[in-house]
Amino acid sequence: MIHSLFLINSSGDIFLEKHWKSVVSRSVCDYFFEAQERATEAENVPPVIPTPHHYLLSVYRHKIFFVAVIQTEVPPLFVIEFLHRVVDTFQDYFGVCSEPMIKDNVVVVYEVLEEMLDNGFPLATESNILKELIKPPTILRTVVNTITGSTNVGNQLPTGQLSVVPWRRTGVKYTNNEAYFDVIEEIDAIIDKSGSTITAEIQGVIDACVKLTGMPDLTLSFMNPRLLDDVSFHPCVRFKRWESERILSFIPPDGNFRLLSYHVSAQNLVAIPVYVKHNISFRDSSSLGRFEITVGPKQTMGKTIEGVIILSQMPRGVLNMSLTPSQGTHTFDPVTKMLSWDVGKINPQKLPSLKGTMSLQAGASKPDENPTINLQFKIQQLAISGLKVNRLDMYGEKYKPFKGIKYMTKAGKFQVRT
Amino acid sequence: MTDSKYFTTTKKGEIFELKAELNSDKKEKKKEAVKKVIASMTVGKDVSALFPDVVNCMQTDNLELKKLVYLYLMNYAKSQPDMAIMAVNTFVKDCEDPNPLIRALAVRTMGCIRVDKITEYLCEPLRKCLKDEDPYVRKTAAVCVAKLHDINAQLVEDQGFLDTLKDLISDSNPMVVANAVAALSEIAESHPSSNLLDLNPQSINKLLTALNECTEWGQIFILDCLANYMPKDDREAQSICERVTPRLSHANSAVVLSAVKVLMKFMEMLSKDLDYYGTLLKKLAPPLVTLLSAEPELQYVALRNINLIVQKRPEILKHEMKVFFVKYNDPIYVKLEKLDIMIRLASQANIAQVLAELKEYATEVDVDFVRKAVRAIGRCAIKVEQSAERCVSTLLDLIQTKVNYVVQEAIVVIKDIFRKYPNKYESVIATLCENLDSLDEPEARAAMIWIVGEYAERIDNADELLESFLEGFHDESTQVQLQLLTAIVKLFLKKPTETQELVQQVLSLATQDSDNPDLRDRGYIYWRLLSTDPVAAKEVVLAEKPLISEETDLIEPTLLDELICYIGTLASVYHKPPSAFVEGGRGVVHKSLPPRTASNESTESPEAAPAGAPTGEQPDVIPTQGDLLGDLLNLDLGPPVSGPPLATSSVQMGAVDLLGGGLDSLIGDTNFGAPPAAAPARPGAPIGSGLSDLFDLTSGVGTLSGSYVAPKAVWLPAMKAKGLEISGTFTRQVGSISMDLQLTNKALQVMMDFAIQFNRNSFGLAPAAPLQVHAPLSPNQTVEISLPLNTVGSVMKMDPLNNLQVAVKNNIDIFYFSTLYPLHILFVEDGKMDRQMFLATWKDIPNENEAQFQIRDCPLNAEAVSSRLQSSNIFTIAKRNVEGQDMLYQSLKLTNGIWVLAELRIQPGNTSFTLSLKCRAPEVSPHVYQAYETILKN
Repeated sequence: MIHSLFLINSSGDIFLEKHWKSVVSRSVCDYFFEAQERATEAENVPPVIPTPHHYLLSVYRHKIFFVAVIQTEVPPLFVIEFLHRVVDTFQDYFGVCSEPMIKDNVVVVYEVLEEMLDNGFPLATESNILKELIKPPTILRTVVNTITGSTNVGNQLPTGQLSVVPWRRTGVKYTNNEAYFDVIEEIDAIIDKSGSTITAEIQGVIDACVKLTGMPDLTLSFMNPRLLDDVSFHPCVRFKRWESERILSFIPPDGNFRLLSYHVSAQNLVAIPVYVKHNISFRDSSSLGRFEITVGPKQTMGKTIEGVIILSQMPRGVLNMSLTPSQGTHTFDPVTKMLSWDVGKINPQKLPSLKGTMSLQAGASKPDENPTINLQFKIQQLAISGLKVNRLDMYGEKYKPFKGIKYMTKAGKFQVRT
Repeated sequence: MTDSKYFTTTKKGEIFELKAELNSDKKEKKKEAVKKVIASMTVGKDVSALFPDVVNCMQTDNLELKKLVYLYLMNYAKSQPDMAIMAVNTFVKDCEDPNPLIRALAVRTMGCIRVDKITEYLCEPLRKCLKDEDPYVRKTAAVCVAKLHDINAQLVEDQGFLDTLKDLISDSNPMVVANAVAALSEIAESHPSSNLLDLNPQSINKLLTALNECTEWGQIFILDCLANYMPKDDREAQSICERVTPRLSHANSAVVLSAVKVLMKFMEMLSKDLDYYGTLLKKLAPPLVTLLSAEPELQYVALRNINLIVQKRPEILKHEMKVFFVKYNDPIYVKLEKLDIMIRLASQANIAQVLAELKEYATEVDVDFVRKAVRAIGRCAIKVEQSAERCVSTLLDLIQTKVNYVVQEAIVVIKDIFRKYPNKYESVIATLCENLDSLDEPEARAAMIWIVGEYAERIDNADELLESFLEGFHDESTQVQLQLLTAIVKLFLKKPTETQELVQQVLSLATQDSDNPDLRDRGYIYWRLLSTDPVAAKEVVLAEKPLISEETDLIEPTLLDELICYIGTLASVYHKPPSAFVEGGRGVVHKSLPPRTASNESTESPEAAPAGAPTGEQPDVIPTQGDLLGDLLNLDLGPPVSGPPLATSSVQMGAVDLLGGGLDSLIGDTNFGAPPAAAPARPGAPIGSGLSDLFDLTSGVGTLSGSYVAPKAVWLPAMKAKGLEISGTFTRQVGSISMDLQLTNKALQVMMDFAIQFNRNSFGLAPAAPLQVHAPLSPNQTVEISLPLNTVGSVMKMDPLNNLQVAVKNNIDIFYFSTLYPLHILFVEDGKMDRQMFLATWKDIPNENEAQFQIRDCPLNAEAVSSRLQSSNIFTIAKRNVEGQDMLYQSLKLTNGIWVLAELRIQPGNTSFTLSLKCRAPEVSPHVYQAYETILKN
């Protein structure tokens, strides 16, 4: 199972190490540094690195490498999922997951890590349970602890740890009982030069924020559950009822959690809400190139597209760009060759455009690669797949909760080739 | 106020100051000091000098302080074993604490301290905790057994913890079950032979129930454990699959992939006609696709596994090509994997899309990726014939870009396309030749030279082109040199008149000026060929080339099957069996996919029953082979007694797989027992080689076929033969002798090119056929081979007489060993002498040639002895009763024609027999006596 964990920052310093079995010398990380050197960018460091005696599995999050050391045949996904869980837990505990924050809370971090694994086997990874075992630091608690001499380590066995609903603790109380659900869909798409869709798929999630007293039992039903043929549930969802009735029935965890994620595959037709018209041309033997892009709405079901940002990695031969946007602001970084244009809202009557010239390296031949345009946008009150919640009911408790459902569509990895 | 204050140091010396604080009277100060110590520890500073001071803080009611001290202890106890003993008392006391959290914490921490003295004290608390009323303590204790096993395996076994752990699999709490499974799996991994996870339908049922209720991590352990189970038939496989399928919708990708492993493995047992099979295939696609929308690290592992899955069952993802299209900001390791899978999924239906994508990728920035994309286009051309033309034109477009590395890759793949479709696309050669100068990589140069040589007759200036390469001959890499040599020889054979000078030049360069033996030898071969027989040279050099295979980079099927059993593990990421890379001497059990077995119920449906088979009318009293097999081996293999014997053929296959060499010894025990009264006539069921002996039993003993077979013994230990272990035995069946060998590769590299030879021996034993090992023997693999022998080899008297010296060769080395063969394999079937003849011969042989032996402890009666000996070709000619003693007169003949006469005296009630042997060659007598001994006593 998992032997040790090293946290490494982007400049290559090991700033935390934790061992669950015998101590593994930190020199094992040299193999990781070698791989890091070979990879041009931090993102490209391979996640599985073999060394003569160990295997290093790493994830890169928040500019920190989380490197797990294993010695025997362990499912790598198991390790990687666990590392993600560590990242999520840190974020949950400290608000952000960053090197200074981890250093500031090193003892809590250490205690939490010790609680998460025993001999390399996961012990408690649910944030609810962890928080009962080791209370997250808050300014108030620190002050109280200093005065009263009490600790931030719980001395009761967490209630959820062994119950049938490990994700929920007992005795939850709220004065305002509320349950909010956000249906968020991200479109991953590749659009080719001519504007036709090569591939498009939707990654959807339903995130919930449930603050309900006691042990509520919720059911959530959809107008069109047939859309959901590829779903992953939070463990709280009763799979049998979904199979037979297509209804989500669950006792929710307390607080924020992801109820379900789903995937609408490339085989279904996915509506593409925006289009990009582009005219980028380099000419041989000329030191100037033309650049023009326009964005406009396509299938938006009458909703406004906002938060539009266009990013494009220009070829190395581009020295500078002189562009005028019809709206929003743009920047071009001559070092990284990154063009970004913060468009804002799209007004269908007056389409935003960005026009101008590019100055190219004199004498160089025209670049081989065409820039790809990366698009970000948001559409409020719309789930592009057409998914709609029918109703939400609560059983098991007497009070009447406040319920709310929000929809949102965003661009995921949305790329337009030119 | 943050923890970073713990890192600040003072000038006086950190350790000194901490020491003072740790010994402070104030609780609060103590705690702060321990926190400082822990903080230093996390960054790898050595604070072991503070050991006694920290341990002093251990006895406290403050749980946080206790935990911190425990953390410290785990890290440093090993370096201070004598001090660590001070902590034992507190541990033992904590194990009795009323708070389950503290009990669990204590047992958990103790297990982490790898100090023998502490371990001794751990046993009693651990035993209590394993039976604790609180499941939280039990589940912690379960893991602790695995820890303890890692420290001292013997202790765990002696204390019976393994049995307690096995009992926990039936615990009422699913979390405890999951941890017990995890602990057992880890222990089993270091002891592959131990039968720890002995799964049966009952325990499987318990695991499946726990699967629904335990945590995500527990689900992974249980699923991985389920994957090692071998369902008894397709019914069971299907019912397990049905209960595992809901896991495919789990949010944790490791759970999903482990579930995929179970399904992929058990699917192997399901019939493809089954509706359920199709349903399952459909259900597998969406979760795999979903894995690709996860974080890049997860994607990478998922893609490596999908690569295996599409090779095994391409139908699952054949419609999902688009999800493998590369996004420009995917990390490079994801891009390369996606590309690989795109090629595997490429088919006529989607090739247009794929090509368009590949062309797009070929203009990207990342050089490695672009190269692979160009190569992929070539692989598509080879794989999908209809697309070849389009691929070639795409490649030509790419060559026009003049981007150096694109051109070189394109030329390398075009060479392969020429090989696959000869005489089809040669029109592009002109374009290729234009780029000759830009090629600077050996592979591309070699490819180009090959093309020029191969099509020399169509290229007007082929000689000039090749000559230009020849100028820098010695600076080229070997690959290019070899190719150039061959190409010029081809050119010469095609245009002999103009190129004589050129060929002489290259031959002299290769043979006289080169140090490279490969190049020199190839040069000499060509030289000699050309000088002795130019026609033959033409036939050799310009021979038609074998077609290249459609799919490149495919994993070899047996390896693929093994890897499918390792889905989700490191093995699946490296595409190597764990034995090839898992560290240390820990043996790894080979896994294999289950054979496709039809359940016995399948005969109830008429279409599944073979025509003419009587269904349901089989008399119950007659046991089928399957049952006999099952009963004999005490394994639950065969159909129940009432079942018709249709399923036997598949059962036999299963049995061969399962039993391997172990079967022989069992046969030895039973083969010569009383003949079963009602042996059924066998329908023509195929017989696995290892089983043939067994069936003699059912088809009636007393036939001449099977003589006694000794169990296999190790002849050549792996240590003496660079990892090759050979064990074997000799058999004689229906007149033919064979040597049954079992070759095991215990080395880390693949073995192949096996051959065997015998030294001259007393009876001229020699292999009748070459040693046939079909596939290379991969590490930890075992093959069983039956090597037929004859006795026509050259003869030399050996000492001892039955000594056989054997040489076995493989790609690593030649190994020698010697073994003694039992003489009875040489007893021929027509060894029954005529009575008169016997009497005459007995008298004729001088008395000094008579030898007497005692066979002790043989409880058989005369009948049994005689029938047993007869099956090994020792024939009873007459039987007399003299003074209450049974006298058996017997004869046997050796392969070289030597007769041996025997008189066996059996006294009823006495287990010692007296054997008198008479033979013209008395030196064989002791060996014949040996043969008697082995036959009668086994």
